[in-house]
Amino acid sequence: MSGITRAEVAHLAKLARLTIDDEHLDHYAEQLNVIIESVARVSEVAGDDVPATSHPLPLINVMRADVQRPGLTNAEALSNAPAQEQGRFRVPRILDEE
Amino acid sequence: MSKTALLMDFDQALERFDPVLGLEVHVELSTNTKMFCSCSTTFGGEPNTQVCPVCLGLPGALPVVNEKGVEAAIRIGLALNCEIAEWCRFSRKNYFYPDMPKNFQTSQYDEPIAFNGYLDVAVPTDEGVMPFRVLIERAHMEEDTGKALHQGGATGRIHGADYSLLDYNRAGIPLIEIVTKPIVGAGRYAPEVAKAYVAALRELVKSLDVSDVRMDQGSLRCDVNLSLRPTPQDRFGTRTETKNVNSLRSVERAVRYEVQRQAVILTDGGKIIQETRHWHEDTGLTTAGRVKEEAEDYRYFPEPDLVPIAPSREWVEQLRASLPENPALRRARLQAEWGITDHDMASVVNAEALDLVEATIAAGADQAAARKWWLGELSRIANERGLGLEELAITPAHLARIEALIADGALNDKLARSVIEGVLAGEGEVDAVIAGRGLALVSDDGPLLAAIDAALQAQPDVAEKIAAGKLAAAGAVVGAVMKATRGQADAAKVRRLLFERLGVSE
Repeated sequence: MSGITRAEVAHLAKLARLTIDDEHLDHYAEQLNVIIESVARVSEVAGDDVPATSHPLPLINVMRADVQRPGLTNAEALSNAPAQEQGRFRVPRILDEE
Repeated sequence: MSKTALLMDFDQALERFDPVLGLEVHVELSTNTKMFCSCSTTFGGEPNTQVCPVCLGLPGALPVVNEKGVEAAIRIGLALNCEIAEWCRFSRKNYFYPDMPKNFQTSQYDEPIAFNGYLDVAVPTDEGVMPFRVLIERAHMEEDTGKALHQGGATGRIHGADYSLLDYNRAGIPLIEIVTKPIVGAGRYAPEVAKAYVAALRELVKSLDVSDVRMDQGSLRCDVNLSLRPTPQDRFGTRTETKNVNSLRSVERAVRYEVQRQAVILTDGGKIIQETRHWHEDTGLTTAGRVKEEAEDYRYFPEPDLVPIAPSREWVEQLRASLPENPALRRARLQAEWGITDHDMASVVNAEALDLVEATIAAGADQAAARKWWLGELSRIANERGLGLEELAITPAHLARIEALIADGALNDKLARSVIEGVLAGEGEVDAVIAGRGLALVSDDGPLLAAIDAALQAQPDVAEKIAAGKLAAAGAVVGAVMKATRGQADAAKVRRLLFERLGVSE
């Protein structure tokens, strides 16, 4: 298992819109390595005969009929919004000025 | 705002480069409810009134798949000659943009429900119509995003905005994304191939009755991928993805534009940046958007809140058996049955009258008459009223009845138009309108002969002219009789009676 690099942490931070200064990049790289190594141990236990799983229960085709049901009112939908305007969720500027 | 790019003459660009196309089409399904929750999908509701904990991504909410959405995906896949997965999953496509409150879009990644298909299209070229097979990579299920209003700044665009307002009514509406394999070999007809493909796909999906496929309303959206390479033997070049191409005409123009733009850059020794570009309908330009994130940046992983979809083969075969006839094949069949020219068939199709004409013929009318009414009088009325032909309050059965009465000599075209007017005005069925408006043709010889005599008396020279062999002079008498009977005479019959009266044979 090759370790996670400082550059990869910087890339992840960019995708996650997190500001991480240079000194912390090494710190997080080290911590993430510990986590990844721990998880990697699972692969050692699982042999080729154990298929990867995405769901703990052996269910398929759980579907519902195409029938409407009442949802939330506008007031309910917005009740936890930090900011709202014109019945809509108000969010900060999306793009930085580049 | 937008920088004008340098463009190379299209023909010149094609002398130097071979274009490779890829088309991604999103079809918004017309299900009653969203893909993973039971919220309404009705267009135009007040903001954030068709939302629930699932589509707002609230903690603890559990999505459940809409069976109709899966069914529509399978039907689209089958209509595109795809294989249908025996087992497939949904994936989370993670990204940071507030149009999805969950911070991911539920989509399908490496396990699409339909794959490996094709669609045959007819491409108009200088040498006539060219058949072209577009290979389909996949068709997969996903969900639409919410709508953002960008506030502040001059243009309402995201650039320069101070903040944005989000409405999630659209978030979660089912989408089927249909992706082609790279389209090679189109050469200088790449723009036409792109347009013909989207047109054929739209027609096909419409025939399945699973979507409105209105490009102007966003229920069918097209992204155009395009790259150039020096020759067909070279590896693919770097592609751009042009989004927001929302009309058939724009599909063609966007391909042409990107060929011309990329050709200049490559000829000057530059590199194409893999990026998303935005098509501007008004100016016919594309402008650079974001640099495309790599697939791995989306950190796709199987959606743990949804279980796999494993459509039984019985279900798939049942859906296959219930597919409507392929619209292109149907058009060819009907054209042959009716024995009409390509041009006449195109007129029927362009008037969106195919179903109506077919139904009118099925109800007993002659094909020429059925086409005449729908493409003539009724198209004119629909146009005047700003309605589609289907929305007019007259049916193929009405027209077939009118045609039968014309054949029996009980109506002429002029009276038929009055009957149509009456039916459209809600005066009842055809026979009721005729009775109500007193429209039946005068069929008794008596009144017609009296009118003929009156006309001959009023124009004594006409009888002489006819006797002298100038049969065209009969028109004056026929016209006078039609006037006297307020149009309710059969002109051919009047003419025959006139000649009998004068002892002249035609």
